[in-house]
Amino acid sequence: MFPTPIHQRPIINQYIYKIFLPISLIIWLIPIFGILMTSIRGLGDITAGNMWGTPSEFLLFSNLHDVFTNTPMIKYTLNSFKVTIPTMLGAVALSCMTGFALANYKFRTNLIIFFIFIAGNFVPFQILMIPVRDLTFKIGLYNTITGLVLFHVAFQTGFCTLFMRNFIKALPQELIEAARMDGASEFRIFWKIILPLTRPAIAALCVLIFTFIWNDYFWATVLIQGDHAMPITAGLKSLNGQWITAYHLLSTGSIVAAIPPVIMFFLMQKHFIAGLTLGATKG
Amino acid sequence: MELNNSKPKRITWWQKNQVKISPWIFLAPGLIFFSIYVIAPIFVSIGISFYQWDGLSPSTYVGLQNYIELLDDEYFYISLWNNVKWLIFFMLAVPIGLGLAIFLNQIVFGIRLIKSLFFFPFVISQVVIGLIFTWFYQPNYGVIAPFLDLIGLEGFSILANEDTATYGIIFAGLYPQIAYCLILYLTGLNNINPEQIEAGRMDGAKGFHLFWNIVLPQLRHATFLAIVVTVIGALRSFDMVAIMTQGGPYGYSNVLAYYMFEQALSEYGYRMGYGSAIATVLFTIMMFYILFFIYRMYRNEREDNN
Repeated sequence: MFPTPIHQRPIINQYIYKIFLPISLIIWLIPIFGILMTSIRGLGDITAGNMWGTPSEFLLFSNLHDVFTNTPMIKYTLNSFKVTIPTMLGAVALSCMTGFALANYKFRTNLIIFFIFIAGNFVPFQILMIPVRDLTFKIGLYNTITGLVLFHVAFQTGFCTLFMRNFIKALPQELIEAARMDGASEFRIFWKIILPLTRPAIAALCVLIFTFIWNDYFWATVLIQGDHAMPITAGLKSLNGQWITAYHLLSTGSIVAAIPPVIMFFLMQKHFIAGLTLGATKG
Repeated sequence: MELNNSKPKRITWWQKNQVKISPWIFLAPGLIFFSIYVIAPIFVSIGISFYQWDGLSPSTYVGLQNYIELLDDEYFYISLWNNVKWLIFFMLAVPIGLGLAIFLNQIVFGIRLIKSLFFFPFVISQVVIGLIFTWFYQPNYGVIAPFLDLIGLEGFSILANEDTATYGIIFAGLYPQIAYCLILYLTGLNNINPEQIEAGRMDGAKGFHLFWNIVLPQLRHATFLAIVVTVIGALRSFDMVAIMTQGGPYGYSNVLAYYMFEQALSEYGYRMGYGSAIATVLFTIMMFYILFFIYRMYRNEREDNN
């Protein structure tokens, strides 16, 4: 293990480590504490410049009430779910198939197709922006959730294919060979043998895509204009313009926007990390 | 006899060719979708960069005019230069993430929770991070205001100053990026071969020497991924700029990604051709890294097959 486990060190080092650990955590989380505390405050504290002292009132619920009733926040949150969940399902479904095809069959253009998926995944969004916006206009889906979902599904398929293909490639090939010997059709092999084995990969992709799409801001501003279809990131930005110095509301809104991916992360942490490291984790 | 043979023959054709045709059936939906929304638009954009077009009226072919204009555009250079700053300073996330990972790679009470709390700025939207830091930087009632007073910079606004705005945004961007690199390195440290470490220790390797010669080479994969995602993050920086300064003051914190958007789609006008030219430049820069990444994957593939 590297570095040397702390319990093999002199006792004094152990104490120093145990003191520094919480201190470093507190420093690291200062920005988070900042918004948590501010979401409790009222306008009085904000204008008085009381940012770090004890809040003079506990107004979290009144702030939440303000945010939810005086702004389209509920609508924004719902929109985010309506964009995120179908994207997640669509991209995972498509990439199970592409990943399987690229991992299991030898054909001449295999690697080229694989590299096209990878390259597309890293491209800057701006090079896609004008044609994608145009296309969405032409098929009558500009300013709709469906239009946004279609693009997200297509784009995320790149990353998901990379992940799925590597995952399926690492599965024992004997299973597939044996099934083929028994005369199982290719579709049967995919459905009955591969899909059940890819469950951990599917879980990892679901968490990752959920966070990516939930946090997307760029495409939400390019493809959506009105409140009716706007997801929470773009919504928060537009509310920021109206609130100006109402930091207590801004903080409360930010927390609302951050909660779903944070919950997802804490529940599925193992899968999340496996996904980020492209499956380079053990166990 | 012929009649008898025809039916089983058809089945054998499918059986014989199933393995050849199946991959294309599995690939078709994903590949078609990806081509329409990702691959084709790249070429369309490059094409548009040779036209003058407001997005509505017919476009006019202008050849290299947009690129020639770029060469004389002061704001283009400012944005490009800011992208270079992003590339350099965003890279700090890699060593800082590595340092934190080494610091946290211990088994003490509560370490799992502590690690999770270190990770989680990464899952928060950049919009939220940008808003938090904008507020932190507020000259009069922001969080750092008391510190600015202390060093005699009362009322100094980091984001409104042309020399400091970009650094202020990069600093905010580092927060989730460090968490990302930390995740990659903690996983890497976890997968290190303990026997090699022990063998190194037996040979008397200690501290920095052990780290540099035995640990770091084993973290190659993590380092590679961390650098790739950090470079891509630096070149893609859009959200933070859009939230924190919108490129201001006077374009001094602009980056190519945001400048392109501003030219093509904002209140400043609908210059699709010019915007596409900026996007093409950004794409070309990015392509170097993409090709490098693919080259490495290709090498790994070949090693796997041999």
